[in-house]
Amino acid sequence: MHTITLREGADLDGFRRAVRRLAAAGTAPDKVLWSVGAPSLFGGEAALASEGGAPVFLPQAVGQLIETVVCHGDPERYALLYRLVWRVLNGERALLDQHADPLVHRLERLDKAVRRDIHKMHAFLRFRALPGPDGEERYVAWFEPDHHIVEAVAPFFVERFESMAWTILTPKGSLHWDRRRLMSGPPAERPDAPAHDRFVDDRFAEGWQRYYESTFNPARVNPTAMRAEMPRKYWANMPETAAIPAMVRSAPARVQAMLEAEAAVPRRRMPEKAVAAMARQAPDSLADLNRLIQRSEPLVPGATQAVLGEGPEGAAIAIVGEQPGDQEDREGRPFVGPAGQLLTAALEEAGIDRGGLYLTNAVKHFKFVQRGKRRIHQSPTAGEVKHYRWWLMTELGFVRPRLVVALGATAALAMTGRPVAVLRERGPMAFDGWNGFITVHPSYLLRLPGEEERRRAQAAFVADLRRAAALA
Amino acid sequence: MDDALIEKLGILADAAKYDASCASSGAKPRRGGKEGLGSTTGAGICHAYTPDGRCVSLLKILLTNHCLFDCVYCINRRSSNVRRARFTVEEVVELTLGFYKRNCIEGLFLSSGIIRSPDHTMEQMMLVARTLRRDHGFAGYIHLKTIPEASPWLIEQAGLWADRLSINLELPSDHSLKAFAPEKNGGTIKAVMGQVNERIVEAKEERRRFSPAGQSTQLIVGADDATDRSVLETSGTLYQRYGLRRVYYSAFSPIPEASSVLPVKPPPLQRENRLYQADWLLRYYGFTVEEIASGGEGGMLDLGIDPKLAWALKNRERFPVDVNRADREMLLRVPGLGARAVDKILSARRHTRLRMEDLGRLSNGLRRARPFLIAADYHPAGGLTDRLDLRQRLVTPSSQLSLF
Repeated sequence: MHTITLREGADLDGFRRAVRRLAAAGTAPDKVLWSVGAPSLFGGEAALASEGGAPVFLPQAVGQLIETVVCHGDPERYALLYRLVWRVLNGERALLDQHADPLVHRLERLDKAVRRDIHKMHAFLRFRALPGPDGEERYVAWFEPDHHIVEAVAPFFVERFESMAWTILTPKGSLHWDRRRLMSGPPAERPDAPAHDRFVDDRFAEGWQRYYESTFNPARVNPTAMRAEMPRKYWANMPETAAIPAMVRSAPARVQAMLEAEAAVPRRRMPEKAVAAMARQAPDSLADLNRLIQRSEPLVPGATQAVLGEGPEGAAIAIVGEQPGDQEDREGRPFVGPAGQLLTAALEEAGIDRGGLYLTNAVKHFKFVQRGKRRIHQSPTAGEVKHYRWWLMTELGFVRPRLVVALGATAALAMTGRPVAVLRERGPMAFDGWNGFITVHPSYLLRLPGEEERRRAQAAFVADLRRAAALA
Repeated sequence: MDDALIEKLGILADAAKYDASCASSGAKPRRGGKEGLGSTTGAGICHAYTPDGRCVSLLKILLTNHCLFDCVYCINRRSSNVRRARFTVEEVVELTLGFYKRNCIEGLFLSSGIIRSPDHTMEQMMLVARTLRRDHGFAGYIHLKTIPEASPWLIEQAGLWADRLSINLELPSDHSLKAFAPEKNGGTIKAVMGQVNERIVEAKEERRRFSPAGQSTQLIVGADDATDRSVLETSGTLYQRYGLRRVYYSAFSPIPEASSVLPVKPPPLQRENRLYQADWLLRYYGFTVEEIASGGEGGMLDLGIDPKLAWALKNRERFPVDVNRADREMLLRVPGLGARAVDKILSARRHTRLRMEDLGRLSNGLRRARPFLIAADYHPAGGLTDRLDLRQRLVTPSSQLSLF
C-alpha cells in the first residue's frame, strides 16, 4: 500500500508528481491511500523537484477536469481522480465521453460544484475602497468560498482590476495585487477585513443599496427564485442584501396600493410639442451639419480631424471625391494633396473656376496604415462608405447643385449605392435624386505608369469635366 | 456620492426597472489593461438577485425620466405624475465606474426618456458611452437603448461604443402601437433595426467593432389583446429578418400612476415564462411558431405545462423515442431532455447501449421524459403515451421539480 500525502487546499503540483510516480510504477488505484497534510497554502513546497516518473500523456479534457476538481473540498477527490487517470491510461481513452459512467458522473458533479463556486466568487465578492497611506485608494474584499478556489479566481480579478490596487481575504488564503505583481498570502479571518463602518468609500455602498432597492419590482416578488441563485450564505458579504427582508415584507402592500389606486388623471400636455420637436431635430443648415460631422467619431480611428466640404451653397456643380488623404487630414481641407493639385490643373485646362464649385468627399475621415514615418492611404470599405452616406446626402441637400460629379469608384458607390465600373460607365448617370456624372478620380491618373498613357487619360479627364460643365 | 445623487439614482433606477433586458453576455473578450478598467469575458456575470428573482448584472438606469412621449404602458410618459430627475453625462460615468470598481456590476445599461428631441437624447447617451470608453478606458459591458426616432448618424455613433444596442418594439402589432404609443411608429423602429443589423453584419465582415453583442428588443405582453401566437410570429420575423440576438418578453406590470386605458389586472407572470420557453424552442430546438402554437388553444400557450410538453402531448404518435437510435432533432423534442442532455446522450451512446439508470445520470428531467422514451431496458408499458391522464400525471406532483 502506498500512502501519498498532499498539502492542504488544491495541490495540483503534488497530485501531478504523485500520478507520474504511480503511473510509472504501474500502481493500481486500490493500492494507494491519499491523505491531506500540512497546511501550507500557496506552493510552499513547490520547490520540490518532480522526482521520478515521466510526464503522463492525458487527453486535454482530462487535464482540465483534474485542474478544477483538485480545488474541491471533498477529501476523496484525489482518489477519484487517480481512478480516472488509471482507467484512461489503461485502454479507456474516451472515458470522459461516457457521461453515464458512475465515476465520470461523480467527477462531473465535483467539477460543476467548483465551477459554480468560482462563478459565485466572481459575482458576489464586493470591494470596498480604503484610503491608502499615500492617498491612493486600495480596494479590499472579504469572501468565504466553499472550495479551494482562491488561486483559481486570481486571473479573473487581475485581468478585470489590473489598474487598481486590491486585496482579497478569505479563510482559505488571500491575494494581493499592487498593479504589477500578484502575491498570495495566508488564510485570513473575518476581523482581518476592516469592519464596514471603518470604510470611507464616498458612500458608494449606500448608493448601491439604494439602487438595489429601487430596481426591485414588488409586483413580481419571488424570493424562492432569488435564493436559488443567491443562497443566504453569501448575503453576509454583500451590503445590498441587508435590505431584502424589508423589501419582501412590504411588497404585497405596495402592489395592493397600486392596484387600488385609481387610474391617474393625466396632466394635459400638448402632444404637438413632441411631434414638432422630432421634426425639428435634423440639422437645418450646412454649418449645422458640419458641426455634427466635426463632433462625430471617425469610424476608423486615427484621423486627425473630419475634412468638411468646401465651396458656395447653390454651386452649379458638386464634385464628390473618395476620402481625405494625408495632406487633407493635416490641413482639414479637401483636395489639397497631389490628387487635388492635379484636379485643379485639369479644371483650369477645362476652363472651369474651382472657386465656383462645391468640393467634398464621400468619406469624411482619413484612413491609413502607418509604415515607418509614412501614413499610407487605405481605401474605404463599402461599409464605411454606407456609414458616411447619410452625411453626404444631407450635405448635398443643403448645397442643391444642378449636377453631382462622382470622381472614381468610391464616390460612385456612395452616390448610387452599388459598385460601379468607372471606366466602362463614365459619363452622365442619374443618381438617387440627382443629375449625376461619373468620371475617374485624379489619383488614378497619378498611378498610371507610362507618360503617354497618362497624357491620354488626362485629356479624357479634362474632356469629361468639360462635358459635365456643359450639362450643369 | 452625495445625497442628491443617491436620491436621483433611486428615481432613475426605479424608472428603468420595467425593461426586462439585463444580460451582459455575447461581447467579444476585451480588457482594460494597466491604464483602463474592467473586462468582458463573453459569458456575463449576474452580480446579485433581487427579491423578484431577476438578476442584477448591469447598472440599469435612465438618463432622465422626463419624456415628451405619451406611451400609455410607460410610467415615464409625459402625462404621468411621477417624480422626475435627470443625470448629467458625468454623473452616469461616475456611478458606472464607482460601482464597477467595487465589483457590483458588469457594466451599464442606459436608457432614457426623450427630452428636447430624440437626437439630443441619443447624443447624450452616446456621450456617456464615449466618455467611459475613450476617457476612462472602460472595458466593461455597455448596452444602450436607442431612441428609434433619432437620426441615423447618431445611432451609428452609438454602435461604435456600445456592446449591444436595443430598440424596443414594446407592442407586437402596429395597431396596438398606434393606440398605446401615439408618437411612436412601428415603421421607424423596424427601419432602425434594419439599419443596425446591416451595420453589424458589415462590421463583422470588415473586422470592425459595431455593437458586437448584437441587438435586442422587448415586447410587453398582456397590455393589449395580442395572442401568444402573434407575439411569437413577431419574434420569429425579428430573428429571421433583423438578426436579433434576443427578444425579451415583459409581462405588463401594474405601475403607479397607471393610465385608465390599461387593463386593470396584470397578466399571469406564467405567461411571460411560457413565452421565454417557446422562444427557446424557436431558437435552439428547431420548432416552428406553428408547431409551438398548436400545443395550446386559440393562439394562447398552455399555462399549466411547458410548450414542449404541450406539443408532445398533442403529437403522441411520434413517441416513444428510442434514445439509442433517434436522431438529435427528435431527441430534442422529448419533454424533459435539454440540449445538453441530448448532446451527452449522443456522445455516451457511441460507447454503450443506454439504460434507464444511465439516463438518470445524464438528465435531470427524466421523470417527465420517461413516458416518451425507450431505453435498452425500458419500454413504456402498454403505451403510456396513450393514457388519457398523462397530462395530469405529469403536471401535478412535480411542478417545482420539472421546470428548471
